[in-house]
Amino acid sequence: MYLLERPEDIPPRLSNRLNVRIAVLTAVVVAAVAMVLLRLWSLQVLDGAHYRALAQDHGVLDVRVHPPRGEILDRNGKVLVGNRTVMTLELRPSDLPADREKRRAELHRLGNLLGLSQGAIRRRVRETPQYAGYPVVLRQGVDRRLLFYLLENQDRFPGVRVDRTYVRDYKDGSLAAHVLGLVGQVSPHQLTRPGYRNLKPGDVIGQAGVEYTYDSFLRGTAGSQRIQVDALGRPRGQLGSRPARAGDNLRLTLDSGIQEVGEAALRDRGLPGAFVAMNPNTGAILAMGSYPTYDPSFYTRPHTKAQYDAFGGRPGDPLVDRADQGGYPTGSAFKPITATAALEDHLIEPNTIFNDTGSLDIGGLVVHNAGGAANGPIDMSTALKVSSDVYFFDLGLHAEASDKGGQIQDWAHAYGFGQNPDVDLPAAGSGLIPTPAWRDRVYRSHDNPYIDRPWNQGDNVNLAVGQGDVMVTPLQLARAYSALGNGGTLVRPHVGGRIVDVRGRTVERIKPRPKRHLQISDETRSVILGGMERAAMEPGGTSFPVMGGFPFAVAGKTGTAERGEGQEDQSWYGVIAPYRDPKIVVAVTVEHGGFGVESAAPIARAILERYFHLSAGGASGSAAASAGGVE
Amino acid sequence: MMEAAKPALTIAPRRRLVERLSLTGIDGVMLGAAAGLIAFSIFTLATSTRSEIDGRPLYFVERQSLYAIFGIALMVAISRLDYTRLRDLRLAIYSAMVGSIALVLLVGTAVRGSNRWIDLPFFQFQPSELAKILLCVSLAAFVYERVRRPFGLRQTVSLLALGLAPAALVFLQPDLGTGIVLVAIVLAVLFVAGIPWQHFAAIGAAAALIAGGAYVAGSAADVQFLHGYQQDRLTAFLDPSDDPSDASYQVNQAVIAVGSGQEVGRGNDATQTELLFLPERHTDFIYAVIGERFGFLGAAFVVFLYAVLFWRAIRVMRVSRSFYGTMIAGGVVAMLAFQVIVNVGMNLGLMPVTGITLPLMSYGGSSVLGTFLALGILQSIHADSARGRR
Repeated sequence: MYLLERPEDIPPRLSNRLNVRIAVLTAVVVAAVAMVLLRLWSLQVLDGAHYRALAQDHGVLDVRVHPPRGEILDRNGKVLVGNRTVMTLELRPSDLPADREKRRAELHRLGNLLGLSQGAIRRRVRETPQYAGYPVVLRQGVDRRLLFYLLENQDRFPGVRVDRTYVRDYKDGSLAAHVLGLVGQVSPHQLTRPGYRNLKPGDVIGQAGVEYTYDSFLRGTAGSQRIQVDALGRPRGQLGSRPARAGDNLRLTLDSGIQEVGEAALRDRGLPGAFVAMNPNTGAILAMGSYPTYDPSFYTRPHTKAQYDAFGGRPGDPLVDRADQGGYPTGSAFKPITATAALEDHLIEPNTIFNDTGSLDIGGLVVHNAGGAANGPIDMSTALKVSSDVYFFDLGLHAEASDKGGQIQDWAHAYGFGQNPDVDLPAAGSGLIPTPAWRDRVYRSHDNPYIDRPWNQGDNVNLAVGQGDVMVTPLQLARAYSALGNGGTLVRPHVGGRIVDVRGRTVERIKPRPKRHLQISDETRSVILGGMERAAMEPGGTSFPVMGGFPFAVAGKTGTAERGEGQEDQSWYGVIAPYRDPKIVVAVTVEHGGFGVESAAPIARAILERYFHLSAGGASGSAAASAGGVE
Repeated sequence: MMEAAKPALTIAPRRRLVERLSLTGIDGVMLGAAAGLIAFSIFTLATSTRSEIDGRPLYFVERQSLYAIFGIALMVAISRLDYTRLRDLRLAIYSAMVGSIALVLLVGTAVRGSNRWIDLPFFQFQPSELAKILLCVSLAAFVYERVRRPFGLRQTVSLLALGLAPAALVFLQPDLGTGIVLVAIVLAVLFVAGIPWQHFAAIGAAAALIAGGAYVAGSAADVQFLHGYQQDRLTAFLDPSDDPSDASYQVNQAVIAVGSGQEVGRGNDATQTELLFLPERHTDFIYAVIGERFGFLGAAFVVFLYAVLFWRAIRVMRVSRSFYGTMIAGGVVAMLAFQVIVNVGMNLGLMPVTGITLPLMSYGGSSVLGTFLALGILQSIHADSARGRR
């Protein structure tokens, strides 16, 4: 025994027997390593191509599991857009048999099941507005018998799939349709963009409205299911799955009650128009609507190209959101901006008196007050109250008209006109504040000297009363009036309130910082707001017929913009309420609505009454008193 | 005439660095191989587990890096200790090891139907990983006490019983893989200790007899000694099938993954291991991930690093000043080599699925720290022999 030969402190290498044992151990290890290396060589180098082919063609189906899209709720938690599941029968034409006879036979079988002729199926595929290679929905709501039959006989119907899909469920029909927006399949072009990298063709994403803006939250994360299929494509077992993660919910700042009242009032008027109701201090939009509107659920049902085009092309362009995309001249609703420019840039003093004779001669062109009224000698406050055009024509004459634009343009820009309104809606328009440079640019492209119309003082006069080339959206007007009401802060309007996950925890609060602060003196503000208050609350004021009985003081300005020969005027109303401590600003416009007080102001009043919880037409003191507590 | 002052050429700074880090006597080659392996592991985790946990692409990378840092520090610290002192602590070590395994049986957390973990506040601790090296150390010490006398059958049997007791407890957890590793360690230590060949033959015969008898008796009495899934794994190995719910399916997928790596790997096109084919791809099947991503080049390089590790460990057996060290090193060689060969063999379709991790490669704190602890003791033996030579 070597162990006996060897005292413990003598290095073991002296023992022969130990050497043998270590050598045996070493040999075993070397043999094992060699075996592994040989096997590795055989697998990867000798048979690698075979296994690579196996790995790439697996008889495995990757099924994408679509997550339910987040819900959209109003500020009080009422669900505006939810989801419902439908069984859809989809046909992917590219997966149909290549052989003509087999394809015909399959379409024949399918047609028998669905009660459609072969020609009808082909027509359906051809006429469905769909990206090339995407599946076409043949039927929504597949009954169980048909479902099971198709699942049992999948091998006889290549290219046909029955799938449970989520479809948007618009709980209140067309309510707030323009704000909510639409979802649709991701386009091939979108798939190439960075924010859409993890998506696959066929995934549904937001394509308009807040569905688009907050898509990354609402979308959720798709899961996947690996299914082993046999040679005939029949499922044989599940290999694994990654669950889909539902999208987060979006809580809007909209109040569906106010939204309903606004939309109903606009609809009752029966003319195209729009309204925006906003918290002037935060920019949180309480209601925002456009008429005519549309029922977004149309897009959740199968339709043909012709139906699709007809739906969008109905008279009145119902798909256009006039509240943030419709630019119109504002008429006198622009006067508070002109007044700010005149007072802040000291073209006049607050007590400067002009004698309003009812008309003004501008180098031979005589312009009149609307309605031909003559108001006599008046100051700024009264000029706003009675909306004296002559007074503001005078201011237009005083204002400069340099290339960049003069004081009026500068202040209009400061108030956010002619600029993107920074709203969280994707297609908001910027409107237009005309400047001499803009005029040159536009007309330089024309060589015809008869069309060329260099800027002249008449344009300044026009601009001073919001006529001519001016284009303002209701959203921009609400934002400008908010700045006037809140002391000069130009907010960023937003409809998104916060993102809430499925467990109800707030993921993100949407509180955009104000865009900028305008330097408007308190005196200027009080003169202008005072004039607007008198316009609404004092007999003789332009909107007194509508707002006169309101239980507390508001500051409002009408606008009546000429739209050219033979067209009814564009009707506007902007109102700040309450006058001293603004809680809400409402801007309304109605196309062809005539005088502001006729069409737009009653809609604004309806919205205010709903907001302050007043019964229509009546006045309740306690409601008015508690109005301060309403957010 | 300007002559720049030539810096004195000296190796002194280098020696001082070694001393300052108190790395005297450390086997640099072994350290390098181990560091290379764990670095490769982290790299592999970084490239292949990004989407494993939603929103936390670096979850496994961060943790494995942390384990690596702790592990290497632990190894260096252990190497500074005198391992021969462990001999006196053999009874304490042995009882602590058996006790901790028993504790797991009583209070452990069940993961996928098996009690292997103990929840510590910061860490789920798996005592059976630590048991491997503790068994090497304590069993070698027990053998060492009897080393002067020739091995009688009684001695062999008692030592065998001493070694197989913890293995049996681990089987009960049930952790088939670690149990087998413990058996391999026991056999290796006894083999190095020099028990007669005849005894080995007898052990082999007894094992075959017991297994065969149990199988026959079990099937006759319809008693199952192995859990269903264990039986599945072992029998599936003999008769692989295409059924995804079957255990052999995993092996098939692993083989396809490794094979599809070909010479240089599929890089980021690696779908076989990336998608949902392989469960446990960051632990038991990490070698398949390497095979698919980095091809023969990467897979063979890993084997090469292991070969270097084995070589240095075997070398420690030879240079040890004490027979005690030789036996410990023998046990560690068996522990490392057995795990590597069985795990890699499983990934290559040569061995059944047993749940044995790949040392320093598989993700997991207990496994990484346990392995570095074992390497630390080897380093201590090495440092001791280096002191002797000086």
